[in-house]
Amino acid sequence: MLTIDVNGRQVEAKEGEMLLKSLQRAGIQVPTLCHMEGLFPTGACRMCVVEVSGMPNLAPSCALPVQKGMVVRTHSPRALRARKTIIELLLANHPDDCLYCVRSNTCELQRLASELGVRQRRFAGARRVHNEDVSSPSIVRDPDKCILCGKCVRVCEEIQGVGAIDFAGRGSQACISTAFGESLNIASCVFCGQCIVNCPTGALREQSHIKEVTAALNNPELTVVVQHAPSVSVALGEEFGLKPGTDVNGVMTAAFRQMGFARVFDTSFSADLTVMEEGSELVHRIQNGGVLPLMTSCSPGWVKFVEQFYPEFMKNLSTCKSPQQMLGAVIKSYYAEKEKLDPENIFSVAIMPCTAKKFESGRNEMMNEGVPDIDAVLTTRELARVIRMRHIDFHSLKPEAPDLPFGERSTAGKLFGATGGVMEAALRSAYFLITGKELENLKIEAVRGLKGVKEARINIGDLELGIAVVSGLANARALLEELRAGRNDLHFIEVMTCPGGCVNGGGQPFTTDKEAVKARMQALYTLDRDEPVRTAHSNTAVQRLYEEFLGAPLSEKSHHLLHTHYCEREVTT
Amino acid sequence: MFDELRDQICEHCWHGVERPCPDLVTCLTQGPVCHEDKAVAKARKELTKSLRRERLTKTTIFVGAGTCGLGAGAGKTLTAVRTYLARHNTQADIVEVGCIGLCSAEPLVDVQLPGMTRISFQGVTADKVDDLLDAVLKGDLPESSMILGQFRANELTMWDNAVFLDQHPFFAPQTRWVLANCGIIDPSSIDEYIARGGYEALANTLRTKTRQDVCDAVEKSGLRGRGGGGFPTGRKWKFALAAESEQKYLICNADEGDPGAFMDRAVIEGDPHRMLEGMAIAAYAIGATKAYVYIRAEYPLAIARLKHAIAQAEAYGLLGDNILDSGFNLHIIIKKGAGAFVCGEETALINSVEGKRGMPRPRPPFPAVRGLFDKPTVINNVETMANIPGILAKGAEAFAAVGTEGSKGTKVFALSGKVTRTGLVEVAMGTSIRTVVFDCGGGIPKGKKYKAVQIGGPSGGCIPTQHLDIKVDYESLKTVGAMMGSGGLVVMDEDTCMVDVAKFFMEFIQRESCGKCIPCREGTLRMLEVLQHITRGRKGEKGNEALERFQGVMYLNRLAQVIRDTSLCGLGQTAPNPVLSTLRWFRDEYEAHIFERRCPAGACTELRTFVIDADACTGCGNCKPKCPTEAIVGLPQRMHYIIAEKCIGCSGCFDACNHGAVHLAGMALATAAPVVQEASDAVVGVFAQGAFKDWHGGRGLLRE
Repeated sequence: MLTIDVNGRQVEAKEGEMLLKSLQRAGIQVPTLCHMEGLFPTGACRMCVVEVSGMPNLAPSCALPVQKGMVVRTHSPRALRARKTIIELLLANHPDDCLYCVRSNTCELQRLASELGVRQRRFAGARRVHNEDVSSPSIVRDPDKCILCGKCVRVCEEIQGVGAIDFAGRGSQACISTAFGESLNIASCVFCGQCIVNCPTGALREQSHIKEVTAALNNPELTVVVQHAPSVSVALGEEFGLKPGTDVNGVMTAAFRQMGFARVFDTSFSADLTVMEEGSELVHRIQNGGVLPLMTSCSPGWVKFVEQFYPEFMKNLSTCKSPQQMLGAVIKSYYAEKEKLDPENIFSVAIMPCTAKKFESGRNEMMNEGVPDIDAVLTTRELARVIRMRHIDFHSLKPEAPDLPFGERSTAGKLFGATGGVMEAALRSAYFLITGKELENLKIEAVRGLKGVKEARINIGDLELGIAVVSGLANARALLEELRAGRNDLHFIEVMTCPGGCVNGGGQPFTTDKEAVKARMQALYTLDRDEPVRTAHSNTAVQRLYEEFLGAPLSEKSHHLLHTHYCEREVTT
Repeated sequence: MFDELRDQICEHCWHGVERPCPDLVTCLTQGPVCHEDKAVAKARKELTKSLRRERLTKTTIFVGAGTCGLGAGAGKTLTAVRTYLARHNTQADIVEVGCIGLCSAEPLVDVQLPGMTRISFQGVTADKVDDLLDAVLKGDLPESSMILGQFRANELTMWDNAVFLDQHPFFAPQTRWVLANCGIIDPSSIDEYIARGGYEALANTLRTKTRQDVCDAVEKSGLRGRGGGGFPTGRKWKFALAAESEQKYLICNADEGDPGAFMDRAVIEGDPHRMLEGMAIAAYAIGATKAYVYIRAEYPLAIARLKHAIAQAEAYGLLGDNILDSGFNLHIIIKKGAGAFVCGEETALINSVEGKRGMPRPRPPFPAVRGLFDKPTVINNVETMANIPGILAKGAEAFAAVGTEGSKGTKVFALSGKVTRTGLVEVAMGTSIRTVVFDCGGGIPKGKKYKAVQIGGPSGGCIPTQHLDIKVDYESLKTVGAMMGSGGLVVMDEDTCMVDVAKFFMEFIQRESCGKCIPCREGTLRMLEVLQHITRGRKGEKGNEALERFQGVMYLNRLAQVIRDTSLCGLGQTAPNPVLSTLRWFRDEYEAHIFERRCPAGACTELRTFVIDADACTGCGNCKPKCPTEAIVGLPQRMHYIIAEKCIGCSGCFDACNHGAVHLAGMALATAAPVVQEASDAVVGVFAQGAFKDWHGGRGLLRE
């Protein structure tokens, strides 16, 4: 520890750390547009510049190692003027259409312009004019609003290991581009949406399905059903000013009903169903010498990643559809049959923390006799927008219970929302499937937490399983490379595309705070601790579905409705 | 007895890459060291003498065939020489040498007859070859205007009536260390380099000096980075030497990007081994085993020469594994850059070598600690490297004896622009700008007045008349808002508009910004726009544009300060310099553009309007059809008028008038005949570089 002088105050700093970090710890706020926790500083935005005695120029606090006795002024007139000028420079050719922008009120550029007191267009430059790229089923790029902070490039390259976008062009012509400027739908993008949640402005947003959903809700011929993913209910509250990690499941259900959804189901139900199918698949593969390690297939970004970069591992992917698609499939078969509805007249909406789910719902494999399993996917953020649009007072709603049969869930299914959750849920049921007994301690600590790579060896009866839990595709890439090089001690691998899992998905409310993601995750763990039904196989609705309709896991009907296949993809890189 | 140095010395001595020997260089030039063999030693000395061309058996013709020479027609000259020799059945060696520095006198041809001194001729285009060789091969001299001068040599017969080259005003003020061999030796021959003492410093260093010794010597010499920053080279090496790592790298920065700069190219084309020897010593000093030369792909000849030189050095065992049996390995790799200006910045260069986009990274960590592939890396400029062998050979004291208090040694400048003699000049630190421009450069052509010299490229600044006596050293130049830079010197005369100059450099910087940090990417564009607006005519302005023009001027200074204060790398931090510097010394020109809407130098076309002088106009009507906007009215044989509102300042009428009646509005009318001067003449040196290809207009329209 050493001491530095900041604005006349003595501040403790750790040897070797960057000044910004010390300032943050001391509660001294310095704005930044390009800083990314945990990554090597890029020093691009220059917003965090501070005045340091003895240095001729202003210094970027994000890239300045602290030194003993350093004298820093974070808000001297010179530093403030520089910051304000930088914002003014960004605004000089910005479209300036905040009123129409999807990021209005969540835009960091807008916030900083307001905080720094920008009241005029000081530098009048020609507006940027680029074409919007709407080609992707998940993500829309609007380069006019891009401030080139480079966060999307870094998250795509360094966290996700995808590298679908990079800087191109020089000087004022610099822009973020895909390889050869191709549109996003044929680029190597896996549609995870991490670029969107990291984008400080409206340059990246999800491909909206709000219009389709509201149109369906107003079509009397359609029965509109909705399902929501496990991590939605613990994040949605943030959009309405609630503390991160507040579970709003009941209130959200009430809101769905006010919006006019005929049935409100829970994707956690089909997560339980996935556990049954995927757990059985694992046991089957182990017992029959199938391809191992088995890899989860719930995360559509990960699936596309394998299809385009590592097609040789497609046979390792579980053939199970994701919970979203499983529920979509049983709604339009079992449920339709039961309620005597024509599947064509059911409009099935999924609320997801994810943008890749939009892509997944449109895959050819996700159709049953020409009828898509899922008709529209809204992100958590889009759901909040619809709630606001309908002027539903979120705070005065009374919690309501979901509809049966697919509203019933175990907390194992709920755990799918965080990295390690699929593994934990699957191990609980695999133990039961193999040994016929329940695990004594259902909480499997080894797979919990935000760490990007977690590995363990688990004993189930006589069987010792090697398991790995990975989130963030760069971590997955590293693991695949190990497998490629011959590593063979693993049986089951869970991969979630987004770092931390769905709680930090590309469709979740904007936050720059890692603590918020932790709180969302903790909320899921709390539910699991407090509720009685904690294993997928003890979900009675799932049991009934097998009795009445599917028969048994991996039955022919299951295969037809709940399983899928993959295809190798060519993308421009 | 020997044809080339690598021929086997004697029965005992056989040196190859497989059998390295610490005494190789001495053995090759002076004969065996490990045993006595007088005959061989004598033969060796004879051979080195002839390699130094102190003794010739055959006439030798040297043609300056660097990129600048070739641009001036040396290729055709070379063919003409070959044809001449074949036709006359004359036996003579032809040697293609690099650039001796006097680019404006190209193509240069030197002739050395056996027993005579070498004599240099200028402007030898292909058509002049026959007459020249007819005379010289007979021992006569051609017309005196072609004679540049003869080389000094004690043992050889001198030409009568020919001055010495070292007395030529271009060469006399120079101290040629880095350029010592350029234009003199055959750059494709390692033997000629070795015969002139080359690689002795390396051999000696490896034999007798520790890494620390070398770093100490270089630090003591006071050598500072010649790429522009001026960081003490020895100190930089010591950082890297102190850094612990199993792998270290050396990079030679040959990404010469400043407009009008071509020093590095000339060194590599003319004397590549000097740089390689410097690199080998530097790599040894810091403990690097792998070195890169990062060179612009636009320098094909330099790259070819360099490749050849590396191959030669490897064949002699002067590069590669276990160099001269010292246990020191060095492999040099050529990495071609795509010509981005920002890649001259250390960290951007590192990214580029790594195969990434050339964008700077924040420093610290400095490359000497964490550089290429995250390993300790030293990056030095070509000229810095080329200075190293001299320091090790002659000693740090000899090096430090030349120069000023804080700046030691010499500096090479690329002199171009509106100056009589353009080319490469190497002067001792502390020489005045006046000496460089008026003595070496011969002053401003066509009797024009000196206005300023732009030094240090786009990051540098201007030096106006009142500071002509300023000394070139790192500190002095800073006092007038300029900087040493890599060595570009662009001379400007009274016909140059300083706002236009600033605009040119801002355009360049704006285009070459990498786009990473906001102040540089956005700010330089805004600054450029301000300059574009004040050089824009009122006629073309619409809506609020006139107000925006004023608004821009109001914020220019604030913008410049923030860009300088907050940019990520040197490119951005110095980006406002061209504006700040011209504004400092030529504020009146800015004010004329802003408040009076006129360009005093007459260079900004949109701001000029022509008028016809009633007394001088004869009504001949020549001007009328030349006007593209039909702004000229008048009856035949009567005075003509120009409608100011219609005039676009194209100068068509001015060029057409034979009576000196047309002149710029707002300018005093002189009686002299119009002096129309080709801008291309004046900036020939710069044009040769292709750097000013977007330079627009700039015709001299003022009358004396």
